[in-house]
Amino acid sequence: MANADMFHIRTEEAPVMPAPVSTTGVIGWMRQNLFSSIPNTILTIIGILIAYSIIEPFIKFAFVDAIWTGTDRKACLPAEAGGYVGACWAYVEAYFPQFIYGRYPVEEIYRVNIVYAMFVVLLVPLAMPSAPFKAINAVLFLFVFPIVAYFLLTGLVFGDTVILPIVETPVWGGLLVTLVIAVTGIVASLPLGILLALGRRSKMPIVKLVSVIFIEFWRGVPLITVLFMSSVMLPLFLPEGVVFDKLLRVLIGVTLFSAAYMAEVVRGGLQAIPKGQYEGAMALGLRFWQMMGLIILPQALKLVIPGIVNTFIGLFKDTTLVLIVGMYDLLGQIQSSFSDPTWSTPTQSHSGYLFAAMVFWCFCFGMSRYSIFMEKKLHTGHKR
Amino acid sequence: MSVQEQHTAGPPARASLINDPKVRGLFYQILLVSALVALGYFIVTNTLANLERQNIASGWDFLSTTAGFGIIQALAPYSETSSYGQALFIGFLNTVLVAVIGIIFATIIGFIVGVARLSNNWVISRLAYCYIELLRNIPLLLQIFFWYFAVLRAVPGKRDKWSFFFNSFHLNITGLRGPKPVFAPSAEFVGFALILGIVLTVIVARWARKRQEATGQQFPMFRTGVGLILGLPILTYFVVGMPISLDFPVFVETGPILRRGFQLGTGFNVIPEFLALTAALSLYTATFIAEIVRAGIQAVSHGQTEAAHALGIRPGPTLRLVVIPQAMRVIIPPLTSQYLNLTKNSSLAVAIAFPDLVSVGGTVLNQTGQAIEIIAIWMVVYLSLSLITSAFMNWYNQRMALVER
Repeated sequence: MANADMFHIRTEEAPVMPAPVSTTGVIGWMRQNLFSSIPNTILTIIGILIAYSIIEPFIKFAFVDAIWTGTDRKACLPAEAGGYVGACWAYVEAYFPQFIYGRYPVEEIYRVNIVYAMFVVLLVPLAMPSAPFKAINAVLFLFVFPIVAYFLLTGLVFGDTVILPIVETPVWGGLLVTLVIAVTGIVASLPLGILLALGRRSKMPIVKLVSVIFIEFWRGVPLITVLFMSSVMLPLFLPEGVVFDKLLRVLIGVTLFSAAYMAEVVRGGLQAIPKGQYEGAMALGLRFWQMMGLIILPQALKLVIPGIVNTFIGLFKDTTLVLIVGMYDLLGQIQSSFSDPTWSTPTQSHSGYLFAAMVFWCFCFGMSRYSIFMEKKLHTGHKR
Repeated sequence: MSVQEQHTAGPPARASLINDPKVRGLFYQILLVSALVALGYFIVTNTLANLERQNIASGWDFLSTTAGFGIIQALAPYSETSSYGQALFIGFLNTVLVAVIGIIFATIIGFIVGVARLSNNWVISRLAYCYIELLRNIPLLLQIFFWYFAVLRAVPGKRDKWSFFFNSFHLNITGLRGPKPVFAPSAEFVGFALILGIVLTVIVARWARKRQEATGQQFPMFRTGVGLILGLPILTYFVVGMPISLDFPVFVETGPILRRGFQLGTGFNVIPEFLALTAALSLYTATFIAEIVRAGIQAVSHGQTEAAHALGIRPGPTLRLVVIPQAMRVIIPPLTSQYLNLTKNSSLAVAIAFPDLVSVGGTVLNQTGQAIEIIAIWMVVYLSLSLITSAFMNWYNQRMALVER
């Protein structure tokens, strides 16, 4: 019949055509994300202009026109180098040992290097969730390392025999002081912060009140007043003849200050532990400290690792404040190097600040990435 | 019966006192209090002995002694013959000024960057991301130094200037100069008109909301408000004969070299210390605010946006009327702590010698040696500023909080 011609049944699949060029690949992506509408296009152009106006001078300053070698200021003077001069990296190079070790005696610098190396060797496996021997590692890092580092940095003398010559803390400086203050502050404030957090959640009214007042007091005042307090007021509190090292005084202030912040972080972790954990521990007949030490704190502290890292980042940035009370941390060391006439050039301060910014940025950005990584790792099962 | 009697007959089997939680609690608290009292006693006796030995006066008498030092930015009358108390008050005013201006700028920048961070436009969101990650990982003090020593020292010197905004604002090493409003006696009418405009706007807004709730009719509130708040004072300004004039800074370019530059007492001057401090504070805090805003907007379920779009609401009003009000509930508590941080961080002014409370207090401390009193003043002021800010933000938070019907 003629009807048969009216049907057409396709027996093979139609050939798959590639998607239109304008919706795939780079062009499609750009159409979708950059030029989807007229306002969007204008925004894109403005954004590119802003980015260009920042990046171009920066690259010019830091790389293209930068001076990489030289022995004194002459290398970085516009008149000598001819025309516009960018960053004076020769100056940073010349001062590099000072920025890292301060005025630590050159022949003793190996001791600082050993401490840096121990710090890295102990911290890296501790920070990696998959690394074994966590308990031993933690004990080494939190108890053995501080003692060894203390004697390595300050010196060790038995009676008349000098094993390691004494190095007074006023000659310490640069990154060494920054790290010593930040790491000691955080390690020492952790136990104090845990105690305060437990105190704040205690059922005993006076303990609770004392903890709340302590925490809110330190959280309410700026660190700089705390530093002034520890450097000016603390000596007044001590009996005559008892003299504290300036570094130690700053450390006490920083520790008390960050303990309050740490307490709030730990409290957040304690609150996140379900009530059943407390009840289970009590049902087993555990005493308070057994319950806390064996059941609650191990879980709570693990939960707040990102918070602890964030507190550490804040403290690490805040260590720069010690230069106001006359100590030479990394920024203080750089600031004080500006008074050296051998390197005084128009771009000296820019180069110094850029170097400091890069060092601080690398540390802080790295730590914040780690904190995000741990947060993702610890947040299993509750993902939305 | 007999069994029961046997049980009640003997003394009740009580745990020993040592194991009674109440007794133990009491014991530990007494221990804590006595330890604190002992510590306090130790500190007070040592301090008194030290003060006596070092011949440092104590008490608050120094507040009325002549200060003898100048302050480069004073919001209230101050001269070198003023007292230490007045100097500290000037410092306090400067702290509040920096904090308020810094909070305003940080909020504006933070909200813009936070929204830009969520933009569909790849360039804009990357730019916002880079800004946030770059600035929040660099210490604030370094940023203050950068703005003060590296940027504001690179501007033209005293006898030269950069001009912008139609030649009405100028920047050089002495700071930012601009026109200063000068008020004639009848200018107060303009002020009254402004207050009247605000009051009328509030009344009309209430009436409009009531009418909308009752009848559903909308009222062009935004235009009316702008008309009342801006229009009334402008109208009054012309009616009473233009009582406000602008005093432009006078810049002398010729003549004896030492006379060149901006003339004293003309125009409005913002000192470079203030510029550097507010720039660094607001740009640094804005990064944290941007992250808070981003998290707040992301916390609003996407269904809300979709529902608004389904109702035919355009993207702009969707953001303004649907997303932001809900995001504010998540945003406000962390925003409060950022405001407190900014206020506390304004104390870094001491590093570039901007005369805020800590900076002026440091000078007074060096001159009088009365460390305890000065530090006590600092702590009390910052603690009360913290309490006031958090009280205000708590009140605002309660207004914005979810009201369940």
